[in-house]
Amino acid sequence: MIGVREKYEGNGAYGPLTRKEDARFIRGRGTYVDDIKLPGMLHAAILRSPLAHARIVSVDASAARAHPRVEAVITGADLAERGLAWMPTLSADVQAVLATDKVRFQGQEIAFVVAHDSYAARDAIELIAVEYDPLPPVSDATTALDAAAPLVRDDVPGKLDNRVFDWTAGDKAATDEVFAGADVVVGCDMVYPRSHPAPLETCGIIADFDAVRGKLTLWSTSQAPHAHRTIYATLTGLPEHKIRIVSPDLGGGFGNKVPIYPGYLCAIVASMATGKPVKWMEDRSENLMSGSFARDYHMHGEIAASAAGKILGLRASVLADHGAFNATAQPTKFPAGFFHIFTGSYDLRAAFCEVTGVYTNKAPGGVAYSCSFRVTEAVYLVERLVDVLARRLGVDPAELRMRNLLRPEQFPYTCPTGWQYDSGDYPRALRLAMDMAGYAELRREQADRRARGDYMGIGLSFFTEGVGAGPRSHMDILGLAMADGADLRVHPTGKAVLAISVQTQGQGHETTFAQLVAGELGLSPDEVEVVHGDTDQTPFGLGTYGSRSTPVSGAAAVMAARKVRDRARIVAAAMLEVAPDDLEWAEGTWRVRGDPEKALGIGEIAMAAHSSIELPAGVEGHLDASAVYNPPNLTFPFGAYICVTDVDPDTGEVAVRRFVAVDDCGVRINPMIVEGQVHRGLADGIGMALMQAIVFDEAGNCLGGSFMDYLLPTAKECPSYELGATVTPSPHHPVGAKGVGESATVGSPPAVVNSVVDALAPLGVVHADMPLTPASVWRAIQGRPLRPDLAVE
Amino acid sequence: MKLTVTVNGTDHTREVEPRLLLIHFLRDGLGLTGSHWGCDTSNCGACVVWLDETPVKSCTVLAAMADGHRVRTVEGLADGGRLDPVQEGFTQCHGLQCGFCTPGMMLTARWLLDHNPSPSEAEVREAISGQICRCTGYENIVRSVLWASRNGG
Ligand code: FES
Ligand code: FES
Repeated sequence: MIGVREKYEGNGAYGPLTRKEDARFIRGRGTYVDDIKLPGMLHAAILRSPLAHARIVSVDASAARAHPRVEAVITGADLAERGLAWMPTLSADVQAVLATDKVRFQGQEIAFVVAHDSYAARDAIELIAVEYDPLPPVSDATTALDAAAPLVRDDVPGKLDNRVFDWTAGDKAATDEVFAGADVVVGCDMVYPRSHPAPLETCGIIADFDAVRGKLTLWSTSQAPHAHRTIYATLTGLPEHKIRIVSPDLGGGFGNKVPIYPGYLCAIVASMATGKPVKWMEDRSENLMSGSFARDYHMHGEIAASAAGKILGLRASVLADHGAFNATAQPTKFPAGFFHIFTGSYDLRAAFCEVTGVYTNKAPGGVAYSCSFRVTEAVYLVERLVDVLARRLGVDPAELRMRNLLRPEQFPYTCPTGWQYDSGDYPRALRLAMDMAGYAELRREQADRRARGDYMGIGLSFFTEGVGAGPRSHMDILGLAMADGADLRVHPTGKAVLAISVQTQGQGHETTFAQLVAGELGLSPDEVEVVHGDTDQTPFGLGTYGSRSTPVSGAAAVMAARKVRDRARIVAAAMLEVAPDDLEWAEGTWRVRGDPEKALGIGEIAMAAHSSIELPAGVEGHLDASAVYNPPNLTFPFGAYICVTDVDPDTGEVAVRRFVAVDDCGVRINPMIVEGQVHRGLADGIGMALMQAIVFDEAGNCLGGSFMDYLLPTAKECPSYELGATVTPSPHHPVGAKGVGESATVGSPPAVVNSVVDALAPLGVVHADMPLTPASVWRAIQGRPLRPDLAVE
Repeated sequence: MKLTVTVNGTDHTREVEPRLLLIHFLRDGLGLTGSHWGCDTSNCGACVVWLDETPVKSCTVLAAMADGHRVRTVEGLADGGRLDPVQEGFTQCHGLQCGFCTPGMMLTARWLLDHNPSPSEAEVREAISGQICRCTGYENIVRSVLWASRNGG
């Protein structure tokens, strides 16, 4: 890695430590949900709708119930009797658990079969007879608001159209005025296609209801076990303290494991009904077809500038396809997530956006997929527009960005739509990326190649994210504020156990969080055990998504450790028979000012704190402490990316030759883990830009329901990445960290698209929608951009 | 039907349904849950094990086809207490995040290094191109395999 390396904080505990969790994984000894086998456990499978939109005439499960290996079949009618046929979504809409009236998307849940083995459960779903009365589907968001459009949500009293919400941000009048006075205005229509996080492990659950103890235990693929527990308590009527959720090792999440899916609730009902543990694991098609899509934004953006290339204003209007139920996971106040951060990294006068959400006959979900609450779409919009503007002005896109980036002295900076960016040095990051890439030399090479008829592209993007949601005064999920707790226990021998509310899906919390605590207490990371993913053992918090673990839960861990340190100071003072004020914290010890020989480490202090040593009145002994962290603001990581591609104009094939990525996520606790997170996001960007899309045909059939159709990048499509770093600490985070989990997923797609469009510039191509498959690049070359949300032209 | 499979050097005789997949035989029948399942279409490679001397996608092999054969899984990668260089490499180079693809990736890497002790980066990428990792962007998997090739193969 190249870059500006600033000294690692944390008393030497920070740095590229290899991970504690690896020991079990490299031996095949992880424990994922599907690895757990309970005595007497039953296996479930779900019957799903083959149609996108149809009235259900009848469901006959008698043959399935008669199957010798089947223990129970649950239908929508059975759930309706218990008042559980519908459940709330994370956006305060409702979603059918098992369909009773209509099916509203292909893959919707109809019946839940519980059998003695998973093969029998699959056999039995084939025995269920469902009679449908097909209805015309809404398969294209752009027609969802037409007067003649079929009504998706006739279950909602008084609902007469397919509108979910209308939402605006920014100052329309001021923006219009800026546009009216601008020398240059350019615009572009662009689609951010429907995508899916597709973690390698699908979603699943084991529900185990113990009727004697009245306790429900759930082993669940959950990124947010505490929030889930509260929701299950509300749904089932079970008291919350009688619900325990264990989210064991997770095989990736990326947002897919934030929501509660119908299968989870069915497994709970089935366990309560049968008195036995019930396991349900999705197969891959179910995963891709039925839950947690991402993106699906149809955007029109415009950018206004002076003739000299000063960006003045931005406006956007967006049609958001929310599928059949509004099940996006996002702070209540923000139906379009944080999309209104679309002013990006630039100093401009005014901006305005309007977003309309619509229902269609597609799977619910939304937001999910490492998008930082829709910052992904926002960054794509502004970064494409800046390139379109550069083309119009005849200015190099790097030069145009450099001219308009916010300057370091402008921070903290309040953008025209109200976000307050905490810190940044944007030109430094862009310069570093350009130096690493050899930008001027690349442009020369491109000119030479163009002269020879080759199509080489150089694409840039500069992104600013807002992560670490969020301040509790205006960010919540279903009324639960987005604060997180941490409990830190220090045992008599000075070894510590940290219990956190967030759940790793591969991010390495067991290592990073140990480093955080070790850095505060002068311990080695080996002396700190991190407990997570079990609601009976950890404090409440909203979970891991939106890059919020380090910014929020990490901050809570540090605050708890600082409380421990403060208590240790009082004990140390008693031990040394001095006043606490006479002590200073240095080199991981409390020592007497001016007498460094008299120093005590946490180990010695902890033993004394548990002993009979006399402590000042009011001091209870022990060192344990808890904290709840309510972030004062989001943190704002940023970065500069440069992608070099080679395009074959005859086949439309794109090869990514180089990817330079400079990230500034503030202080890096474990830079090795940070870089790993960036690698993943760059692969996401290549995938989304070049191949990933969940598309539908006119009948509402999902054409992306397997890994044969929903293409993910392999090692061959990905180059060896070139990473750089700058470090601009967050001024309000206790160790200056900003979070990085989603940065590259957010920042990289526009770099790839800008690169391909740049390659095709000699052919007059100004824009082409993702995914830039060979077919769609070829069409763009022919002047016929393909609408990627429709499989047919 | 009755079959006998030698898994990581131990014979296992079981009565199974003829349609049982090898991945389910290993995971559910023998409790060897290190091999994973990630797709319905033989695309992801989370299930890769060795059948005799060849890596196979065990979701696409019937348990019956392994009757009388040897199977090697991630649980059989370490030699007693000694980790395979590939396992060491994945740790040293941060070749895994969630760990779900890791057993399959390591078994393919082991096969590659047995047949090509000093592969180029491109050869490593080619070898693992039938497998999907959603976490690492492949960069550190490639580095891990190259590390193993330099440190004991
Ligand atoms: S489970 Fe995906 S290839 Fe075998
Ligand atoms: S480490 Fe998660 S899929 Fe590879």
